[in-house]
Amino acid sequence: MSTPIELPKWADVSLVPILAVIVAFLVAGLVVLGIGENPVKATVLLIQGALGSGEGIGYTLYYATNFIFTGLAVAIAFHAGLFNIGGEGQATMGGLGAALICLNLDFLPWYIVLPLAILGAMAMGALWAFIPGYLQVKRGSHVVITAIMFNFLAATLVVYLLVNVIGKPGSMSPETRVFAASAHLPYMHEALAYFGIKIPKSPLNFSFVLALLASAFVWITVWHTKLGYAIRTVGHSPTAATYAGISIGRITLITMAMSGALAGMLAVNEILGVQGRLLLEFSSGYGFIGIAVALMGRAHPVGIILASILFGMLYQGGTELSFEMPRVTRDMIVAISGLVILFAGALDGLIRRPVAGVFARFLKSGA
Amino acid sequence: MPRLTDTVAGHAPAIALMGIDKRFGEVRANSNVNLTVASGSVHGIVGENGAGKSTLMSILYGFYEADRGTIHIHGNEVRIRSPKEAIAVGIGMVHQHFMLVEPLSVIDNVMLGAEGGAILAKGEAQMRSALAQLAETYGLVIDPDAIVGDLPVGLQQRVEILKALVRGADILILDEPTAVLTPDEAEQLFVLLRTLAAQGKTVILITHKLNEIMAVTDHVSVMRRGEMVATLTTAETSPAQLADQMVGRHVLLDVSKGPAKLGPVRLSVEHLVIRDAHSSLRVKDVSFDIRAGEILGLAGVAGNGQSELLEALAGIITPTLGSITLDGLDLITLAPTPAERRENGVLHIPEDRQRMGLVPAFSAAESMILGFQSDHAFGTGPLLSTAAIQTHTAKEMDLYDIRPRDASLKTAKFSGGNQQKIVLAREIEHHPKVLLVGQPTRGVDVGAIEFIHKRLIALRDAGVAILLVSVELDEIMSLSDRIIVMCGGVITGERTPETTNDRDLGLLMAGVTERAA
Repeated sequence: MSTPIELPKWADVSLVPILAVIVAFLVAGLVVLGIGENPVKATVLLIQGALGSGEGIGYTLYYATNFIFTGLAVAIAFHAGLFNIGGEGQATMGGLGAALICLNLDFLPWYIVLPLAILGAMAMGALWAFIPGYLQVKRGSHVVITAIMFNFLAATLVVYLLVNVIGKPGSMSPETRVFAASAHLPYMHEALAYFGIKIPKSPLNFSFVLALLASAFVWITVWHTKLGYAIRTVGHSPTAATYAGISIGRITLITMAMSGALAGMLAVNEILGVQGRLLLEFSSGYGFIGIAVALMGRAHPVGIILASILFGMLYQGGTELSFEMPRVTRDMIVAISGLVILFAGALDGLIRRPVAGVFARFLKSGA
Repeated sequence: MPRLTDTVAGHAPAIALMGIDKRFGEVRANSNVNLTVASGSVHGIVGENGAGKSTLMSILYGFYEADRGTIHIHGNEVRIRSPKEAIAVGIGMVHQHFMLVEPLSVIDNVMLGAEGGAILAKGEAQMRSALAQLAETYGLVIDPDAIVGDLPVGLQQRVEILKALVRGADILILDEPTAVLTPDEAEQLFVLLRTLAAQGKTVILITHKLNEIMAVTDHVSVMRRGEMVATLTTAETSPAQLADQMVGRHVLLDVSKGPAKLGPVRLSVEHLVIRDAHSSLRVKDVSFDIRAGEILGLAGVAGNGQSELLEALAGIITPTLGSITLDGLDLITLAPTPAERRENGVLHIPEDRQRMGLVPAFSAAESMILGFQSDHAFGTGPLLSTAAIQTHTAKEMDLYDIRPRDASLKTAKFSGGNQQKIVLAREIEHHPKVLLVGQPTRGVDVGAIEFIHKRLIALRDAGVAILLVSVELDEIMSLSDRIIVMCGGVITGERTPETTNDRDLGLLMAGVTERAA
């Protein structure tokens, strides 16, 4: 049971996740078959919906942006041996941070208010992850437990603030007023039109570029800085970290703050990019799916981008599919995402073991 | 094979192991081991750490299967593939670390895994009468309703013995049973073991304390480096003879070293007291000096405070009392952390390279900078230059003949000797003033041992103060200029290699402090 399974790196990062997705689709196909629809047709519709049109691709990448942020958040914590399950709460607080800046400063020009709003989102997300980190370092409260609690705290705090403090006066719905146009991140179709490139309208906005920059930042930080070295040492071997003079507490705090800042950037896409106001439950589960994205992407930014696009396809293609095949409801899509998570994450060994077996036999006969 | 005839004619021995071989990777933990244990006797097994005692007992108890060899229990050949099968043939084991559920009562613990069906009442009644009977036969009196966590350690150990006996064990293996006991409790345990043997049970006692062997066993087998080197009748031997056997003859590796050119005192340790996380005393009032250009050997059986001492000197744990000074600088207050110790030239080759000295999942190049990751040579500002650490590692690999010469290969893929060379290279190349060395050749192949020894001698000749902690007496004898011995957290003696021998050291290591002849 406990014997580590050695695979060549390429198989580990590509073959196993791809097989996981295929197995998930086969099982989902059985379910589709069970409700009396044609699984092949459903798959074709799903892929067409996600990638078949410029608009579809725009939506897919817009969803992927959210997954990249939350996936990176989980991944960087993984490298320090931490499990940040609080992405939802950190994203929610990120929304609050962005909104507080925008509500108070959106009379300023965009080149001042937008950077401040992005920093606000990152700072509040970082704070909401830093506190569980601090409690673990100082009080020994496990970060998983406190981070989950902080998801609820963030949700209720934002409800309270939207209803009582920063909500739009005279409105029945718990949301803020719409921010001024200067506090709105440009859509990609707007930005590219400025350069004379025409693409179809979609919610895809400048956050996608930020997500790619964040991926590069995580890649450099984890593998090419002294801080990243310390983070990975703590993650692999706390005893070796102590020996090397690396403070485990300090690394825990820094990593949690970075992780929270990345989760908080989900608000940049949703609040600054699309909604233009703070409203309830905009994080809608992206924080949790970020865990699956990080697992599937092997906690590597390139893997996370690919896994995010896959989940973006599932979201967008699934929506289209439920239009075309009313019997395949939105819930079916959630179920398929669940299966991907199951096979890529929890049942990883299920795929890895036979693959490793095949490799072992192959190597033996080759030698 | 001929040892089978050692036992009384006509009676099959309780245990007969023949030709047992067991390898772990490159390490041969047991090689061609024969062991015969007479029924109804107390049989001791002694040997240094890593001599293969635990492996042999794990094979007998079904944790591992031997690569080769046979096991006979009461004359019948058996295959033992799991502890369950060991219990089925009547073997019980009392581990050094108890396997008890502390919040439960004695009877609950004894019944665990032998409840006798879904309804507890019937099984419990049977178990109570079984316990009552054991109490009568062996004097093993214990309140079945006491909560195990409330019992003193000696009684907890009795619960472990009861667990084995109610499952029908008639061969009982005890692994270092006195390690956790007070002398008084140990005495009571010995009485119990003698009673068990008198009633026909067979007891195997694994220990490294020679006075226990003398006190309680009928026969004693000595293991060394995976081999069974002797089986003796206890009454006809002596602690000194056993120490000789444990350590072996002078198989001194060819280390040529000139006389030490002693400099001033570098590191000075005074009245050091160290408590562990559970606040039990590990090091009790230890004082010594190390001079520049000197190798001070610290001998002792593992677990007698050397590891804690080493970690306290390296800044990994904080001592409770006492002082550590380097060239007059108070290290405990002025350089308390491992990083600050390193900056002051106190470098450390840790005992456990897998858990501490290296990160097995890292590349060799990444492991090569562990502890020096903030060094400017490895990248400007916050950046870490992969090219720089790879070049640095390639250079060190040439210098220390680390194979394979692949700086990006995962550390875990190197052999023990080459892993140790990575640690050695890293620490030596950062110009230590004081080098703390823990078990430098543990799990290291012979060729690398010689290399490592030569490097340490060269370092000493260059004026470095070296503290060498090792459980290998050969190593201590051949490298040290001065030797101190620890047992039970105190220094039991100081010698020089010229004025001592393995037997003398072996006795000091076992806590026998009067000077042997």
